[in-house]
Amino acid sequence: MSSPPNDEMAPQPVGLVERLVRDDVDRKRFLKMAGGAGAASFGAFVLAACGSSSSKTASTAAAPATTAAATPSDSGDVAILNYALTLEYLETEFYGKVVSAGLFTGPVGALIKEFGQQEMTHVEAIKGAVEKLGGTPVAKPEGKFPIENASQVAMLAYTVENLGASAYLGQAGNISNPEVLASALAIHTVEARHAATLGTLVKKSITPDGAFAKPADMSTVLAAVKPFLA
Amino acid sequence: MSTLHHSEPVGPASPEMAGVEVRGLTRASFILRGALATGALYGAGTVAPFVTQALAQGGGGDAEILNFALTLEYLESDFYNVKAKEVGLKGQAKSYAALFGEEEQDHVVALTGFVKQLGGKPVAKPTFVFPATDESSFLALASVLENTGVGAYNGAAPSVKSKTVLAAAGSIVQIEARHAAAIDLLIGKSPTPNQGFDRPLTKAEVLAKAGPLIKAA
Repeated sequence: MSSPPNDEMAPQPVGLVERLVRDDVDRKRFLKMAGGAGAASFGAFVLAACGSSSSKTASTAAAPATTAAATPSDSGDVAILNYALTLEYLETEFYGKVVSAGLFTGPVGALIKEFGQQEMTHVEAIKGAVEKLGGTPVAKPEGKFPIENASQVAMLAYTVENLGASAYLGQAGNISNPEVLASALAIHTVEARHAATLGTLVKKSITPDGAFAKPADMSTVLAAVKPFLA
Repeated sequence: MSTLHHSEPVGPASPEMAGVEVRGLTRASFILRGALATGALYGAGTVAPFVTQALAQGGGGDAEILNFALTLEYLESDFYNVKAKEVGLKGQAKSYAALFGEEEQDHVVALTGFVKQLGGKPVAKPTFVFPATDESSFLALASVLENTGVGAYNGAAPSVKSKTVLAAAGSIVQIEARHAAAIDLLIGKSPTPNQGFDRPLTKAEVLAKAGPLIKAA
């Protein structure tokens, strides 16, 4: 993978995110790191840790992050927002590619396009929130998505949106700032609407978890998105 | 829509919220200024007398919030499990009513248990009246109820103190959003009526939609 331009490749603790992906590693340590100056390279953390082909694994341990985020709780919220931002970047890129491929027309095509635009508004909103908290938004990761035919893509979209919804739900309890929580919840239900819509398209359940949606923790979600990181 | 039987105004409770609604939900301003007014709104105060009575034994705090949610879940459960049969639905509408009726009833059971766990008294099931006479009006009302439910939970959640209660509320609101999207699609509406952000509703806004349907508590 190539680093996105202008990305600060701060020294990273090798393998921390990889460990996170494999097993539930110390969340506080991870968030502390991701919430600081390392937030700029959060995407790079994920990419490097996920064993991308041209990974630039740093051999030095990361210096503890100094952050412009005002308080430890702000820093934690920045980390969560940057995690969400990474997912939203991937979703935006995915929908962009799907639209470019021209696989869907008519009302379904319009919906797909609209969902992509909504993911873009999520990206912008979260970036703004990170900056307001004094953090640095993570760089846009490079994604890769199999785009073969309409039904495969629709099924992939269904999977991705369900994952996104569960990711937000999984973080709700970790957010400190009530306004950040309000915004996360506002996005959370939109991802769920997307998932349900795609469920009707691929003829799968609109409520695959039944009456109570299940949260997914960060390590689970990162493992699931790993195949989509270039 | 009949008016609530008290004198408080219904509508956005803060200038920030009004600004957000007029402009639509733009980005950082939404997130860090206008989104949240619930602190002032989920305290004591601007509720219709019958709902106040229903919540009187709520125990305050999280129990009161959950009792408010329970009232809405009772409403939805009754709507899908009882009203739907009165109206007579076919095809996809009938399937959704069956599925959603089960899920809303699961929410009723869960929230009832939760209120008790918190040491509160669960509200009694109110009597409802639903202005729907056929499949079309039923589905239109379903859309209103589900979308209102999304906004209600999103509005209340930031006031919740317990992480466990918050997790439950989040778990439930996601289902309401899925229901809302499915119903909206079925009736040819956008599954994302609020575009990218399902804004929180104030208690007053929720009661404006749901209040008239509650006959007695």
